[in-house]
Amino acid sequence: MLIPAPVLSLIIGMVLVLSGLWIGQNVNLLPVDASSNAPVYDELFKVLFSIGAILFLGIVGLLVFSLVRFRRRPGELGDGIALEGNLPLEIVWTAIPAIVVLFVGIYSYDIYERMGGMVPLNDHAVHAMQHEAHGGEGGAAMAAMAGGGIESDERIWGGITPASADALTVDVTAMQFAFIFRYPDSEIISGELHVPAGRPVALRMKANDVIHAFWVPQFRLKQDVIPGQPTLLSFTPTRPGSYPIICAELCGPYHGGMRTTVVVEEPENFQAWVSKNSPNPPPAPVTPVVAAAAAISPLQS
Amino acid sequence: MTLTLPPQAGPAPTLQPTGWLRYFSFSVDHKVIGLQYLVCGFLFYLVGGALAGAIRTELLTPISDFLPRETYNEVLTLHGTVMIFLWIVPVVNGAFGNYLIPFYVGARDMAFPRLNAVAFWLIPPAGLLLIGSYFIAGAGASQSGWTAYPPLSLTTPATGQVIWILSVLLLGGSSIFGGINFIATVLKMRRPGLGLMQLPMYCWAMLGTSILVVLSTPVLAGTLVLLSFDIIAHTGFFNPALGGNAVVYQHLFWFYSHPAVYIMVLPAFGLVSEILPVHARKPLFGYTTMVYSILAIVFLGLIVWAHHMFTSGTPPWMRLFFTIATSFIAVPTGIKFFNWLATLWGGKLSLNSAMLFACAFIVNFVFGGITGVALAQVPFDIHVHDTYFVVGHFHYIVYGGTVFVIFSAVYHWYPKFTGRLLNEPLGQAHFWLTFVGFNLCFAPQHWLGLNGMPRRVAEYDPQFTWMNQLSSAGALLMAISTLPFLVNVLVSAFRGEVAGDNPWNALTPEWLTSSPPPVENWKGEAPLVTHPYGYGSAPDAIDLKATSGRDLWSSGRS
Repeated sequence: MLIPAPVLSLIIGMVLVLSGLWIGQNVNLLPVDASSNAPVYDELFKVLFSIGAILFLGIVGLLVFSLVRFRRRPGELGDGIALEGNLPLEIVWTAIPAIVVLFVGIYSYDIYERMGGMVPLNDHAVHAMQHEAHGGEGGAAMAAMAGGGIESDERIWGGITPASADALTVDVTAMQFAFIFRYPDSEIISGELHVPAGRPVALRMKANDVIHAFWVPQFRLKQDVIPGQPTLLSFTPTRPGSYPIICAELCGPYHGGMRTTVVVEEPENFQAWVSKNSPNPPPAPVTPVVAAAAAISPLQS
Repeated sequence: MTLTLPPQAGPAPTLQPTGWLRYFSFSVDHKVIGLQYLVCGFLFYLVGGALAGAIRTELLTPISDFLPRETYNEVLTLHGTVMIFLWIVPVVNGAFGNYLIPFYVGARDMAFPRLNAVAFWLIPPAGLLLIGSYFIAGAGASQSGWTAYPPLSLTTPATGQVIWILSVLLLGGSSIFGGINFIATVLKMRRPGLGLMQLPMYCWAMLGTSILVVLSTPVLAGTLVLLSFDIIAHTGFFNPALGGNAVVYQHLFWFYSHPAVYIMVLPAFGLVSEILPVHARKPLFGYTTMVYSILAIVFLGLIVWAHHMFTSGTPPWMRLFFTIATSFIAVPTGIKFFNWLATLWGGKLSLNSAMLFACAFIVNFVFGGITGVALAQVPFDIHVHDTYFVVGHFHYIVYGGTVFVIFSAVYHWYPKFTGRLLNEPLGQAHFWLTFVGFNLCFAPQHWLGLNGMPRRVAEYDPQFTWMNQLSSAGALLMAISTLPFLVNVLVSAFRGEVAGDNPWNALTPEWLTSSPPPVENWKGEAPLVTHPYGYGSAPDAIDLKATSGRDLWSSGRS
C-alpha cells in the first residue's frame, strides 16, 4: 500500500517529536541535584535537551535520507532538478526557528528569575533604593555585607543574589590556590564550606590575586571571583552530603588542584559543627590571630 | 583596468621566480599566496595537533604526571593560539580567499597584490616567534590561555606573555590587511557586467567576514597594547591592584573574539555553498536568503560578545540582551542549513570525499549549534561555563565545522591547484577516521562538563578517568587520520590521476581555465559567469549530457 507523502511526513514528524521528548525526559546527563535551584535548572535542561534532540535527529535524518536516496548510481549521468528556491519554504524555516528561540529565550529567562538571577543588586543606585525600601530584609543583608569586611558603599557585582533575610552569610576569599571560608557570626575560619540543609546561604566572595570561579556542579551554580570586584552568590542547599567546590577559571599552574568540599549537613549537625569549631562562645571578643590559628586546624581544636 | 587587454604576444620579463621557488618568494600572484597560506597553515596545524596530543596524553590519568604544570598551561595556551590564529583563520580566509576570490570576481589578481604578499609573510615570523617563545630558557611561552585574562596574564612570566601579544598583534595585522584586500577586491575588481547578486556565495561570505575583521580586530589590537603596557610599564588599565578593571579586558577581548568565531565559520559556510551544488548537480537553494543570512550573522555577531561573561558579574539587563541576541543568531544560521539540505534534496549526489566532509560538517555544526543555543541561555551557561561542555561545544564548531570544510575544500580544489585528482579510497579512509575520531574525542566532553570537569586543568576527579581515556582514544584516531591525508596529498601531486581542467563539470569561473591556472588566471578575457549555480535540468531544458559547463557560459546566457 502506498502511503501519501503528507501523511507519511506527519507520522515521521510525530515520531520524531515523541522520541525527542522521550530522550529529553529519560536520558539523564546531570549529576545529583543538591540545591533548591538545581531542579529548576534541570527542568530547563530537559526542555533544551528535548528541542535539541528533535532538531538534531530531524536534520541528521533528513541528511542521511538524502545521501542514500539521491546518491548517484553507477552509470548515471545528468543533473538533479533545477530548483533554485522556494519563498514559502524559506519563510517557514525562518519563522519556526525564530519562534522556537524566542520561546527558549523567554522560558530560560523565567527560569533565571526563579533562580534569583534578576535581582538588580549589582546596580548601585537600584541597590541603595532597595536598601531603603525594604528596611528589614535588605537591611539585614546589608548589615551582613558590612560585617563581612566590605565597605557598604562599594559596588556589589551580581551573581545569583539573596532572597531571604535569615541567610547564613559566609565570606569567601579565593587565592592561588585555595578557598578560605570565614563565618562572621561564629568567627570560624575553614578550608571547607559547611552549610545547613534548607537554609539560604549568601557567599560574599573576593579574590586576592587573580580571577577564580566558585563552582559546585551539584548546585548548578557558578560565579567568578574577581579581584577588586566583590561578588555575591546565594543558594539554598537541600540534600545533605559532600560535594566538590571547583575553581573553574584558569588561575595558574595549580588551577586543577584548586578544589575543596562543601558539606551540606542536617541543621542540628551543622550547629554541632559550629559549636565544636567556634574559637569562642559567641559573645566574648577574641583576637583575630587566635581565632585564625584555632580555626585553620579545626580537627586539633 | 587591464582586464580587457588582449593577451600579450610573449611572456613579459619578470622579476618573480617561476618554478617551485615562487612558493618561497615574495610572490604577488594570488594563487601562489593562497597556496602559501594553505601549506603554511597546515604545518602549523600539525604543530597545534601535536600540542593537543600532549594535552590528551596528560588527561589520560587524573593526576598531573606527564607534563610539569607550568608547561601544561603553556601547551594549552599555544594549542589555542596556534589553531585559531595560525591554522583556521589564515587557511579559511587567506588560503581559499586568495585563491578563489579573484577568479570569482573575474579579476587577474587581488586589488592590492603587494599588501597581500605582506599579509602572508607576516604569518611565518609571527608563528615562529610564538612557538619559539616556548624554548626561551627561564621564561617559556605564555601560560594564561589564549584569552590572556588579566590579572593572571600580568602575573605569569612576562617575557612569554609579551611575545604572545607581539605575535597576536602581527597575526591580527595580517588579518586586517587581508580583510581590506578582500573588501576592495569584491566591491571594486568585479568584471564589468558582473552584479553583486551574481557572485558565488563564497564572495559574500568573505565580504561579510572581512567586514567583521576590519571592525573588530583593531579592538583586539588596542586591548593587547594596553595589556602590554600593564605588563611592561606597570600601568593599571586592567590591574585591580592599581585601580584597574579586569572585566573591561574581557569585554574588549570578546568584542573581537566572538566575531572571530564567525571569521572562522562564515568562510566555511561560503566554501560549503560552492562545494555542495557541484557534487549534488543542483543549483544552490535560496541564493538571496543565503546572502541576507550572511549579512544578518555579521550584524548579530557584533552584538553578542558578553555571552562569554555570564559569570563575570555582568548586570542582568546585559544578560537578557546578550541571551536574546545570541539565540537569534540561530535563525540566519538555521536558514543556511535548511537551504543546504534543500540543495541536496532531489540532486544526483556524488558521495566522494569532498561531499562526505561537507555533509559531516552539517552534522557536526548542527550539533555544535544546538549546544550553542543552550549555552546562550544564562541559567544553562552558569552551570557549564568554563567546563569541558564548552570545550566540546566549540570544537564541534571550529573543528567539526571549519576544519571539516577545509578538508572538503582541499578534496574539491586540489585538481585545480595541481591538475591531478586526489586518491579517492585514501580520501574515504581519511574521512571515516576523522569523523569517528572527532566524535569520539569531543562528544564525551559534553558529559564531562555537565558532571563537574572544568576546562584547562591537568588533573581531575578520578571518576572521570575512563571518559577522558575515551576522549583521548578519539584524539589518537584523529592524529592517525592525518596520515592518509598527508600521503594522499604528497603522492597525488606527482602520481595522481590527471584531472583535466574541469573534472567536476563545475560552472564557477575558476574551473573555466586550465589546471593549474596560468599567471593572471586566463589566457584571453575573463569569462562572465552570471549563473554560477546553473546546474540541474528542468524537464524542458537542454540535455546537459550533451553539453558542458564551458558551453553554458559561452553560449550567450545573460
